[in-house]
Amino acid sequence: MPHIKVEVDGVTYEDDVEPRLLLVHYLRDRLGKVGTPIGCDTTNCGACTVLMDGLSVKSCSVLAVQADGREITTIEGLGIDGQLHPMQRAFHEEHALQCGYCTPGMIMASLDLLRENADPSDEEIREGLEGNLCRCTGYQNIVRAVRHAADEMRGAAKEVTS
Amino acid sequence: MTTAPEIGNARKRIEDARLITGKTQWTDNIQLPGMCYVAFLRSPHAHARITNIDVSPAKEVSGVVAAFSGRDFADEQGSLPCAWPVTEDMVLPDYLPLAIEEVRFVGEPVAIVVARDRYTAADALEAIEVDYEPLPPVLDMEEAIKEGADLVHSDKGTNKAYTWVFEQGDNEAAWRDAPVVIERRYIQQRLIPSAMEPRAVVCAPVGDEFTMWSATQIPHILRTLLAVVTNIPEHKIRVIAPDVGGGFGSKIGCTAEEVIMLLTARKLGRPVKWTESRSEGNLTVHHGRDQIQDVAIAADRDGRLRGLRVNLLADMGAYMRLVGPGVPLLGAFMYNAIYKMDALSFTCSGVFTDKTPTDAYRGAGRPEATYAIERLMDELAVELNLDPIEVRRRNWIKHEEFPYTTIAGLTYDSGNYEAATEKALQAFEYDKLRAEQADRRDRGDPVQLGIGVSTYTEMCGIAPSRVLGSLNFGAGGWEHASVRMLATGKVEAVIGTSPHGQGHETTMAQIIADKLGVPWEDVRVLHGDTASAYKGLDTYGSRSLVVGGVAVVNACEKVLEKAKRAAAHLMEASEQDIEFANGEFSVRGAPETSMPIQDVVFAVNLAHNLPDGMEPSLDSDAAFDPENFSYPHGTHLCAVEVDTETGFVKIRSYVAVDDVGKVINPLIVDGQVHGGLAQGIAQALYEEGVYDADGNLQTTTMADYLLPSAADLPTFQTDRTETPATTNPLGVKGVGEAGTIASTPAVVGAVVDALRPNGINDIRMPCSPERVWQAIQDARGGAS
Repeated sequence: MPHIKVEVDGVTYEDDVEPRLLLVHYLRDRLGKVGTPIGCDTTNCGACTVLMDGLSVKSCSVLAVQADGREITTIEGLGIDGQLHPMQRAFHEEHALQCGYCTPGMIMASLDLLRENADPSDEEIREGLEGNLCRCTGYQNIVRAVRHAADEMRGAAKEVTS
Repeated sequence: MTTAPEIGNARKRIEDARLITGKTQWTDNIQLPGMCYVAFLRSPHAHARITNIDVSPAKEVSGVVAAFSGRDFADEQGSLPCAWPVTEDMVLPDYLPLAIEEVRFVGEPVAIVVARDRYTAADALEAIEVDYEPLPPVLDMEEAIKEGADLVHSDKGTNKAYTWVFEQGDNEAAWRDAPVVIERRYIQQRLIPSAMEPRAVVCAPVGDEFTMWSATQIPHILRTLLAVVTNIPEHKIRVIAPDVGGGFGSKIGCTAEEVIMLLTARKLGRPVKWTESRSEGNLTVHHGRDQIQDVAIAADRDGRLRGLRVNLLADMGAYMRLVGPGVPLLGAFMYNAIYKMDALSFTCSGVFTDKTPTDAYRGAGRPEATYAIERLMDELAVELNLDPIEVRRRNWIKHEEFPYTTIAGLTYDSGNYEAATEKALQAFEYDKLRAEQADRRDRGDPVQLGIGVSTYTEMCGIAPSRVLGSLNFGAGGWEHASVRMLATGKVEAVIGTSPHGQGHETTMAQIIADKLGVPWEDVRVLHGDTASAYKGLDTYGSRSLVVGGVAVVNACEKVLEKAKRAAAHLMEASEQDIEFANGEFSVRGAPETSMPIQDVVFAVNLAHNLPDGMEPSLDSDAAFDPENFSYPHGTHLCAVEVDTETGFVKIRSYVAVDDVGKVINPLIVDGQVHGGLAQGIAQALYEEGVYDADGNLQTTTMADYLLPSAADLPTFQTDRTETPATTNPLGVKGVGEAGTIASTPAVVGAVVDALRPNGINDIRMPCSPERVWQAIQDARGGAS
């Protein structure tokens, strides 16, 4: 059985895993990181989105062995200093979630979106989140939340650099 | 101290704290010591006889704990329940949780494996041997009801489950010599509800008692039904709906999987878990809509409606689900919508096919009805060369005519269709868009503009109990709440509704904060666990606020009544002289002496100085059974651009002005409208559950079943008018389904409006680019 070493939300884990084990099942069933849910099994819905070395991946379509030597950030790795991440806060303030099942993936995908484009237009946000489905919100408040977080994060970045 | 009212305040949700941090309790997150995983083996055939089934090879697989087929449960698995036999003679076939002799839709379960982990369970399914003798599948409703058709249930002798007839007014007179008659056939395609959280069930036995966690909308009803189906006494079953990731009707049920999980936990004496894959879900979670609507209106030349005739075929699928047969009936009372007319004739036949059973999906019957009548009103406008708004105006109930008893026999308590329409027209810039439409038509622009109108209403609450009884519905329509004040003045409320995204923890707390005069932060709302929320009828039919919210009000009133007695005693005043405002009791005429409710509850808990006979707690139990449904309404306007060269439809603008009565939390109401719109638009443009000629569902994944993404939807412009309901003390009307009900006809109406000059008066939903393009080609072919 392959042996993997992976850092998840700042903690290093070493495990023997079946080659076919999906990253999302490794996170959920082996590490107990159940904050990342599974929505579709076919890479369509994006509920299971996590960051792998800072880039968003759908963890239902990544094997645990592919995460060997990588750094994974899940929703549970945000705001661990006791402060909500600006993106989490924005989702709350703009009412960008209802049932909340898509939310972890939506937040992680949004972070990757802002990494690529710190100041996206509404249309760019909509295009950028095309791979993450939400059945409750009609996306309107999600778009608003991402814009809100982008503004805040750019503001914070400016403060740091100036 | 005067505080701002909580009712109407855009409170950010309490629920979010766990949902945005991943600290949720979805059913699949639950891990119990010694827990095993269950996987279901499902029929690959739409219709077949099971000639042999052998689960023993699966038991040989390493890591497998047990494997069972339907026969292993033969003595204990009752038929799955249908709570709405709509006619005395409705055909109600047995619906076994695990099929034993015959399967009737692809995905119907036949066996299970229980294993140490989910991968092993899935692997071992392949070891089970099943021999099927395929039977001809029944897939087309119109073929199914012909003489000599193949049968879904051969012992029943017919595929027609029921015919339900509803005649109101003098239909003969309405249609006799009617100057205008318009007849149409509309197809309500099959939809797959697609809640983001797949279903999951965990069941844990302790002795002869069972706790079930299920991703359900209806923990209370489920508990009762599980008891009825399995004969396990109700008090030995506890059902918990933990965090539930959306439902839209699809998690109303007592499903095969829930029953089998309970029985398996009993057989093995171990906790078991099952989580469906999305493909399993698309095959087996009940589907929605799927009706053929033959509809007609009779009108005078001035546009005044005389009569409406509706003939429906409704696809039940292979079996009757919990309220499946009744779904079209919920529409029966809504076909006349906001319009006055002399007569209504409604006939619906439920038909069995070898497909996934259908049941309630967001709107349940009302979207279908609203679609048909709104499309017909457009046709009437075209026929009479009237603006579609004008033809509606000539027929709708005027605001001064409320309360108004409709031709369907419902009494609409309140509404103001004029105000909502006026507001919508202005926000939409209706005249300007009509001018642009004319211009594009004149220029022969390849991108044509279309405008769609939906002046909808709907009925919310799915109560009163007496009315439900008269329709043979197998449940009441009341709701329960219990409010208790803790010693320190904090409040715990227990509600009988079961939210799965609606934000009840937030809104119910707002109601309680206002009623008891306590800070909103001091209220905690418990729900979804039959052990703590011991009584209730759960969440569906936009009932939670209009029924459950009023139960909460009633529970608060009872607490206040008791608190007032205690306050009078403590303040040594007569109860008649005690006033209550903003959380303070005071003596009339002596405003300087006052006592906050927190002090009263503390004193009551101490019980050192209580009025004689008073129990030492401030708590209450209350129920509410409404006297009427509630009737939100609104005007939705949609502008689409249709590329006549590619068939692509782009929503350019969408204005929704809704009247949901009093608003408790505008943030949540807007969110409900947005999401509702997305689902209604999805029916109009994107979604369809498709079967092939052998009865295989072809849309088993989200790659095949097109749910709209953020890139597919526009920014909605929402606004409100507020005409309070007069039939409940909160003045609320419900908002959960309004957006879905209203939007589908607005969008399709707009697409058709864009293509009227091409001679097109209908396009089958979903109006995909291919369908639109084909319609344009067909129309051109017809013209040449």
